[in-house]
Amino acid sequence: MTKEKFLEKFLLFIALSSISILALIAFFIFEQGLPLIWKKGLASFLLGERWYPSQGSFGILPMVVGSFWVTFGSLIVGVPLGVACAVFLCELTPPLVSMVFRPAIQLLAAIPSVIYGFWGLIVLVPLIRDHLGGPGLSILAGSLVLGIMILPTIISISEDSLRALPRSFKEGALSLGATHWQTIWKVLLPAARSGIVASVILGMGRAIGETMAMIMILGNAVQMPHSILHSARTLTTNIGIEMGYATGDHQQALFATGVVLFFIIMGLNSLALIISGRRRS
Amino acid sequence: MIWVAAFFTLGVMIWIMAQVLREGLPLLTVDFLSDSPRQMGRSGGIFSTIVGTLLITAVAITIATPLGVGTAVYLREYTREGRISRLIRFGTDCLAGVPSIIFGLFGFVFFVIFLGMGWSILSGGLTLATMILPTIISTAEEAIKTIPKSYREVSYALGGTRWQTVAKVILPNALPGILTGVLLGVGRSVGETAAIILTAGSSFLMPTSLFSPIRTMAIHFYILAREGISMEMAYATGAALILLILAINTAANWLLHRYIRRLEG
Amino acid sequence: MPEGDKLLFQRFTFFYGAAIALKDINLGIKKKQIFTVLGPARSGKTTLLKSMNRLTDLIDGASHSGFVFLDGQDIYDPQILLPELRRRVGMVFDLPTPLPLSIFENVVYGPRLSGINNKNRLTEIVEKALKAAVLWKEVKDRLSSSALRLSGGQQQRLCIARVLALEPEVILLDEPCSGLDPISTRAIEESLIELKKNYTIVLVPHNIQQASRVADRVGFFLGGELIEEGTAQEIFTRPRNKKTEDYISGKFG
Repeated sequence: MTKEKFLEKFLLFIALSSISILALIAFFIFEQGLPLIWKKGLASFLLGERWYPSQGSFGILPMVVGSFWVTFGSLIVGVPLGVACAVFLCELTPPLVSMVFRPAIQLLAAIPSVIYGFWGLIVLVPLIRDHLGGPGLSILAGSLVLGIMILPTIISISEDSLRALPRSFKEGALSLGATHWQTIWKVLLPAARSGIVASVILGMGRAIGETMAMIMILGNAVQMPHSILHSARTLTTNIGIEMGYATGDHQQALFATGVVLFFIIMGLNSLALIISGRRRS
Repeated sequence: MIWVAAFFTLGVMIWIMAQVLREGLPLLTVDFLSDSPRQMGRSGGIFSTIVGTLLITAVAITIATPLGVGTAVYLREYTREGRISRLIRFGTDCLAGVPSIIFGLFGFVFFVIFLGMGWSILSGGLTLATMILPTIISTAEEAIKTIPKSYREVSYALGGTRWQTVAKVILPNALPGILTGVLLGVGRSVGETAAIILTAGSSFLMPTSLFSPIRTMAIHFYILAREGISMEMAYATGAALILLILAINTAANWLLHRYIRRLEG
Repeated sequence: MPEGDKLLFQRFTFFYGAAIALKDINLGIKKKQIFTVLGPARSGKTTLLKSMNRLTDLIDGASHSGFVFLDGQDIYDPQILLPELRRRVGMVFDLPTPLPLSIFENVVYGPRLSGINNKNRLTEIVEKALKAAVLWKEVKDRLSSSALRLSGGQQQRLCIARVLALEPEVILLDEPCSGLDPISTRAIEESLIELKKNYTIVLVPHNIQQASRVADRVGFFLGGELIEEGTAQEIFTRPRNKKTEDYISGKFG
């Protein structure tokens, strides 16, 4: 009897590990980063345009803008492509093809980001440099590669929402004389809307959090980007590049950037959960 | 038009892998795999990085698997849906969304500095464990969910206690699904870079203990490519990395198929 | 308590959340007899059975009032060890539920859980249980093959053997022959008649005919209430309650 009670308590202890780790992460990141934000002021940190650690300037606006543009670009690439593939998998493909396609998508998700970055560096960057100008290491390159990287997320969640729709939607529309295409466009996609939106939000989260591939192809210029052919830094690449040699205030500023990222990601995740939760009820 | 989109996606993926494999595969000789990097990576092989990758993955799996399976067992067998289970799931979902660089920052300040483990296999492995924990929890939970209710009822009806039912009926039958999750975790660990750079250092010397710093294959690849040290070596390392990931993924898929077939008869 | 009652329900009411499944049941089940639980669907028959070995505890939102006594002891007493209760009061379900193990391992599953691990002892137990369930001859040469390969009727007899391996005092059977062919059904009915010499049996029969073939006593349930209870002869030939009579003569159900 006591053995059973002990096991139950022990397993509860283990089960609380995930929430405990989350709490630890938040605690330590905030503990390192918040003092710096307090010292320099939230406004000057978030909206400052100058990031010169050696001079004590810690404005992350260029990185915020960089993150924004790269993420936005990746959504332009990834969402249409991803939703199209989801529709493809769900509605249009004979079973044989999907048997090949699905593992392929899984594989896409498993490829490490450094490989993506490498490919971007070797193939995309010279292409952009030669045909569109600029250093090649650019927001455009980043958006394209990131767009591909978030495809598995968008595809799998969108496909799930499409599959979860009751058959009657499709059958009802078809029996009223709609073509397959019209059914997809006007009935199925709108019905799966909240699931698709959730997938986009999660894809956004994934895009904002990406580091290694972006370090390799964004060019890492600490400046406000004014065109997609410019180099830039994101919040994540800033941390990834400078953490290796930052000390003191500089290091704390990087943790502070982590705090900002943490809030953004938590916000996006909660939004996605709320949206897909609403669908389920 | 949708067909175009789909095949374009497929095409790009193949292009990405083919690019690296084409240049790198020819360079994957036995010598390359068994020799350690020389001249900062300009020549030699990747042996020490292979060892580093294996060790750090082993640490991560050893810690994350019991924690993950235990959590899944608790959620599905020991508790009803309520405040505690919602809390646990919230924690797991959030953890799954945290970017790897944040894990790196956390690992650095917590394992490397606060717990004094330094840049080491241990720091890196523990950090990785926190990263793959959500994956293992959700796949283990899925695996346990698919076990028919009747198995449980039978076990209890024959006088089993809750733990006996878990140990003798639930876990053995959920094992293939759990292993799939573990393999997914392995795949993630092998490819991870950002978090490990900040916690395991980047020494390419052979590690002597769990407290030694190491370089994983992914990190070695990244450094070679970014610093422009040697494109040849980068291609070769990349090819090795891709092959490893392919092998792990294939194993996971095969396991999943066997599992599904087993459940159906 | 009347002499000879193995199980006694006293003012027993059972709830699933707010819904009442059993209403104020007062019922005594006599030793070493076959008691059949008759009634249309949703009368609470399965709940009645499951509350005798507290398998109802597994259900979310279950609660009860009143008592259930086994040999005079309240089975809901907090001191009661559930595993032991369930070894004494075994249950066979309506669908055959072999575990994905060998035939041998299925039968010894219960004994192993209670701590018996001696190979010889286990082999003895298996033979005895399979013989009592009338399955021994058919499977004695393939005890180590998977139980999933047996036919439906064989699997169900395996489930009976599984329960018998624990040497219970009471055997509960919830429509054990549903989905089985007439020959398997006959075999099981015959084994029940044999088994009642040593065990108290509570059976939810597949239909009235089955009840008339094997029952010693009968209880008629409707909407969670016990309408009437008596010997098989009393109930089938001279029921006192009109509803019982209607059910027996097939007017509903």
